[in-house]
Amino acid sequence: MTALALTLGFLLFTWLAPGALSALFGLLALGVTAFGRLSPSQRGLSLALLTLGFTLGLRASGNTLGLIGLVGILVALTTLKVPRLLQILLGLAILLLSVPIAGFANTFIFELGIQIGIYAAMALGLNVVVGMAGLLDLGYAAFFAVGAYTWAIFGSEQAKNFLQGNFPLPGEYMYLFMAIAIVTTAITGLLIGLPALRLRGDYLAIVTLGLGEVVRILANNLDHPINFTNGPQGITPVQRPPIDWFHSLAASLGLQLDARTDYQLFFYLLVLLMIGLVVLVNLNLANSRFGRAWVAIREDEIAARSMGIPLLPTKLLAFMTGAAFSGVMGVIFAAQRTFVSPESFTLLASITILAMVILGGMGSIPGAILGAAALTILNLDVLKTFSEFVRTSLPQIPSQVDPAKYERLVFGVILVLMMIFRPEGLIPEKRHRAEMEEA
Amino acid sequence: MLEQILVLLPQVIFDGFLLGFVYAMVALGYTMVYGVLELINFAHSEIFMIGAVVGVEVFRYLAPALPNGYLLLLLALLLGGLIAGGTAILVERFAYRPLRKRGTTNRLVPLITAIGVSFILQDLVRLIEGLWHNEFFLRMRTVEALEGSVELFGGAIFAQTKAFIVIVVSILMLVGLTYLVNRTKLGVAIRAVAQDLSTASLMGIDPDRVISRTFLIGGSLGGVAGVLFALMYTTVNPYVGFLPGIKAFTAAVLGGIGNIPGAMLGGLVLGQLENFFGTYLPILTNGNFGTEYKDVVAFLILIFILLVRPQGLLGQVVKEKV
Repeated sequence: MTALALTLGFLLFTWLAPGALSALFGLLALGVTAFGRLSPSQRGLSLALLTLGFTLGLRASGNTLGLIGLVGILVALTTLKVPRLLQILLGLAILLLSVPIAGFANTFIFELGIQIGIYAAMALGLNVVVGMAGLLDLGYAAFFAVGAYTWAIFGSEQAKNFLQGNFPLPGEYMYLFMAIAIVTTAITGLLIGLPALRLRGDYLAIVTLGLGEVVRILANNLDHPINFTNGPQGITPVQRPPIDWFHSLAASLGLQLDARTDYQLFFYLLVLLMIGLVVLVNLNLANSRFGRAWVAIREDEIAARSMGIPLLPTKLLAFMTGAAFSGVMGVIFAAQRTFVSPESFTLLASITILAMVILGGMGSIPGAILGAAALTILNLDVLKTFSEFVRTSLPQIPSQVDPAKYERLVFGVILVLMMIFRPEGLIPEKRHRAEMEEA
Repeated sequence: MLEQILVLLPQVIFDGFLLGFVYAMVALGYTMVYGVLELINFAHSEIFMIGAVVGVEVFRYLAPALPNGYLLLLLALLLGGLIAGGTAILVERFAYRPLRKRGTTNRLVPLITAIGVSFILQDLVRLIEGLWHNEFFLRMRTVEALEGSVELFGGAIFAQTKAFIVIVVSILMLVGLTYLVNRTKLGVAIRAVAQDLSTASLMGIDPDRVISRTFLIGGSLGGVAGVLFALMYTTVNPYVGFLPGIKAFTAAVLGGIGNIPGAMLGGLVLGQLENFFGTYLPILTNGNFGTEYKDVVAFLILIFILLVRPQGLLGQVVKEKV
């Protein structure tokens, strides 16, 4: 009952004074709803009201705390007992209505949503490798780089340096290159995996780290003798697909798009679609012959081999699947930013994605998405806002203490604390939880 | 072209040894911890970096007061070793020991912790240096006494005085460590714990103490190596540990991880190879591939060794129990 009362209070509060304070109050109400004793239908009602409140607040003030609330509601919907129909309807409403509505009020919300989506899809890809198959890959950003460069080189004038033809390719080709990137990254996965996957555990981690660095060094230096990647300057501008059809579609739905928001909405929806596909593939894989083979290898390699599971091909398949997911997102990343440079594919990027998987819970699909959302919001929004706050309200503190610069510190602390106190992650997978408890 | 290669060769070999000794010292830290705990202590790169930063700070503050360059260096080595070793103990106490106490069997858990610690240390040093000096790309202050140079073999090798210091100090450290592990009581205890932790504790050895001392010794070696690195290369920043750390790990694997003479041998071999490729790659390819590919070479060596001879040059094959 307190939860419902708090929720109603939050609605009123947002109505009167939308902003950071009311959003914080909403998060409190969400916490009470999630952890209090409520029947499923009461909880559903409360969540629906909270969604309404956060959406109104976001529309009125554009304060990004509201987005955290929406992510929290999504997590509550996937992990708690809520009526099935409401679960689906509310989830769709948040993704397809609330976030776009907020995005039109504050385009930064779209940007955040797109980044979360790209990272979530990659975390799901890495989840196949680390979570399901138990292969620690510290060079995952390399595949992202391969995908991004695949489109960046041909979607800009860069390809003219070594090919005859009419470059940049028109933007529609991006869709084709999403398919091509699956092939190129899967081949890269094969090339990296073939030597690396003969190794186990720690050695595999180090070797993938090394090979990830090799890919970055190549991206950084392949501007001579032939200019493939344009070196540290990176490639810009990368073509985006034309979206006239999207404009007319939106117009027929009564939505007027302007140049500021059209691509943001388009990429947001594209990324959502990709996540949907990736989740579908993930679910099917987890229940397939391969998924069970991966889990078997993760649990006990020697036993799995004795049972007739071919180790190298099975591991390679996991590696290539993860790589392909990352490659597709790389293409979207290149098109959305219209800019690609080696800086986006450092060890920090690989570790960030790994931290997402670990934070959420290895092997768990909602976990990977939650991890991606939490760390992206933390990194792009919370740390930056906090920096802003420190800079304006405490100007005597030197700029070296700027919280936005200490991303690594925060990720490091998260990794260490998670490993010590909750190695199974926030939303653990069933089998993993059992394993960790047993140990 | 061949003539050019031959003219440069003595210098390349000399510089290769120099680099090799630094790698060897860092590799010892990896090997000792791996030998005892079977843990790749990723954070060792940052212990090395801390040594380098301490070296810079000692020179910055004491160089005006202390005219004797060698005394100054000795002080820097001592402080660098102590602070780095102390940090290593703290890392073990607060990050690795809780995992050990819980008895996790999952090998990924300590490795991920080590990566986390390494990130924390990088940014902590950055924060401290940022507050202290308003910058974190540091330059080593030079002292005249250490800046001399000689030409050997009729000018074939140009050697700085610093280079000899690095070689002498590292050889002393390596010999000292070998003596410690093979001849002292602590060495026996370390080897016993490495052999079998639970049996060793039944024999009256306190494993926690031995492990924390292993971290102290490995960390101090890393710190001393860091000071020498700062002396040689003069520019230091909080992220400077990553590449030498990975290469030192490569060296440890190359020699046979867990094997102390192997780590030294691996360091020297890797130093030679890297310096060789770093110098000759631009010449051999007419400048098409530059020095920056020497890091690629180190990684390819690592993969090759792991595939062909995973136990390393001096290592022994460990049978797997089922």
